[in-house]
Amino acid sequence: MIRYILRRLAAGVVLLLVVTMVVFAIFFLVPRLAGIDSDGLAARYVGKSPSPEAIAAVKERLNLDEPITVQYGEFVSGLVMGTEYDSGTDVIHCDAPCFGYSFKTNTEVWPQLVDRLPVTGSLAIGAAVIWVVAGVSIGVLSALRRGSLLDRAAMITALAGVSLPIFFTGLVSLALLSYYWPIFPPGGSYTGITENPLAWAHALVLPWVTLAFLYAAMYARLTRAGMLDTMGEDFIRTARAKGLPERTVVTKHGLRAALTPIITIFGLDFGLMLGGAVLTESTFSLPGLGKFAVDAIRGNDLPVVLGVTMLTAAFVVVCNLIVDVLYAWVDPRVRVGA
Amino acid sequence: MTAPLDVPGAADEAEPEAIAASGGVRDRGRSLGQIAWMRLRKDKVAMTGGAFVVLMALVALLAPLIAGLLGHPPNQWNREMIDPALGTPMGGLGGMSGDYLFGVEPVTGRDIFSRIVYGARISMLIGFLATLVSVVLGTIMGIIAGYFGGWVDALISRLMDIFLAFPLLLFAMALVGVLPDAAFGLQDNALRIAILVFIIGFFNWPYIGRIIRGQTLSLREREFVEASRSLGASNLYILRKELLPNLVAPILVYSTLLIPTNILFEAALSFLGVGVEPPTATWGGMLSEAVDYYDSAPNFMLAPGLAIFLTVLAFNLFGDGLRDALDPRTQS
Repeated sequence: MIRYILRRLAAGVVLLLVVTMVVFAIFFLVPRLAGIDSDGLAARYVGKSPSPEAIAAVKERLNLDEPITVQYGEFVSGLVMGTEYDSGTDVIHCDAPCFGYSFKTNTEVWPQLVDRLPVTGSLAIGAAVIWVVAGVSIGVLSALRRGSLLDRAAMITALAGVSLPIFFTGLVSLALLSYYWPIFPPGGSYTGITENPLAWAHALVLPWVTLAFLYAAMYARLTRAGMLDTMGEDFIRTARAKGLPERTVVTKHGLRAALTPIITIFGLDFGLMLGGAVLTESTFSLPGLGKFAVDAIRGNDLPVVLGVTMLTAAFVVVCNLIVDVLYAWVDPRVRVGA
Repeated sequence: MTAPLDVPGAADEAEPEAIAASGGVRDRGRSLGQIAWMRLRKDKVAMTGGAFVVLMALVALLAPLIAGLLGHPPNQWNREMIDPALGTPMGGLGGMSGDYLFGVEPVTGRDIFSRIVYGARISMLIGFLATLVSVVLGTIMGIIAGYFGGWVDALISRLMDIFLAFPLLLFAMALVGVLPDAAFGLQDNALRIAILVFIIGFFNWPYIGRIIRGQTLSLREREFVEASRSLGASNLYILRKELLPNLVAPILVYSTLLIPTNILFEAALSFLGVGVEPPTATWGGMLSEAVDYYDSAPNFMLAPGLAIFLTVLAFNLFGDGLRDALDPRTQS
């Protein structure tokens, strides 16, 4: 078991390293291949219409004239140990973990990410609770009563759910439940949970439900397919044959086996979402990580986008690790096989 | 997922010739394609979806003709349709009339119908091309991983895991942000479309790759592959002539199901303002412009939203039906 976890941990570190390479390539290598010179690239790191001096300073600080390998080395060491941006005249410190320095606003990116994390976290956790409970239970019920009215209605709804873009359902829900019938506050309202838990929940109901609807639809389809497969397996017949009550057969034998792939996908989805539910946050104007990144793109403030991207990837890796450990707990074969 | 092993009737999928030989008693044997088509034709829901997909493809292809006959140029401002004091469309229903089928946009007065018609071009084009990239990459990688196994499989499988862990939306936004207006010999919208196709296609291949790998894993143990190998066939020959034809069905099904995902993705990027550049009409772009007018002109929001929804739903319905039709386990 410990060996298994250590191996997954090592795989996680490798994954993180690969992610830094890809992120670095996208931000620094691809623009070069596309024919942007270091001046042009630097201009994208200082905001709209920068002065030539500012561009020169940023170019110097990001080592944009150095070979690409040196730049990558600086990038990674900054992440791990922090870094200093030296322009000759003044020095900017960026403490570890240095997720970048916004030259546009003259601030480190990391504290700003930390500021926005609670918003994204509130959105992601609330939505995840709804979609897992709703999606899995509907999927199981549908599979157990295959062909029933409930099954067909649930699957039609689920198909519609996965076909609806979240920014459309979000807008419609805002138009109906915030404008025509003002039950919920308009987009852009967010209150911290520590300030006023009731207002916090009230403002988040629409984003939660909108986001959860899409994922619940996906999970219901997945769970149903998984349950149908599992309930046809031999071990289910064995469990029934030895006289176990149907409830035990379904929950302890069927669901447990059907859940493993769902847990894997949940790890990915949840990790990605912690790094910013970009579309939901944009639709409801929630000041989370995703909205932060979108605004940064519009303002030519690339260090922020880089920071959000790296953080998201880190979340995915961590969630994957947790899932791997959970896997060993749910599925004994993993423990034995490792 | 279709699992051809241990399934009665699965042989149809692998060896159409065998069926032709044994079924010849009654009349000509039916190929898998014919059987699937017969099943599909009976599936009314899937056929409706398929018909809608064909309709949208025609709309995209014939956009200039359709917009010319039933609407106005997509980027033309029709100020006479706008109430100068309020900036909202004249008349009720957001300016909907026989002349402007879906009404006009607030402020500019552009014809929403024409913009929906032209928007179909971008959605379908990027949806199809991106899927093509994913399918080619996914099939090659999946078939190699599944057939050769061992460290090759381990490497490719790891790679697929890594790709699935990437925040795709953020990457797309970043790439569009760092690239100039002209690069790789392309510029403006041609470049944007190329970037979008590349990102969506390149980062989605593992979805196809995993499925193809799984199918190849079970196919390579089959007798006809062994027979081919014992006759001295090269790996390349087995991959191309023995395995690939048997993978056509899953490739077809999962391509059909990947297109709507990619259409949604393109719409999302356009909604975020990192898709094809305005004033080119895109469904996602229209939705993002409609955000401010959901009170005064709900038709502006509903038209592109429903266009996305119906197109994606149609692809999903057709894809689900196709999967059932090609799955030997489904009883006809």
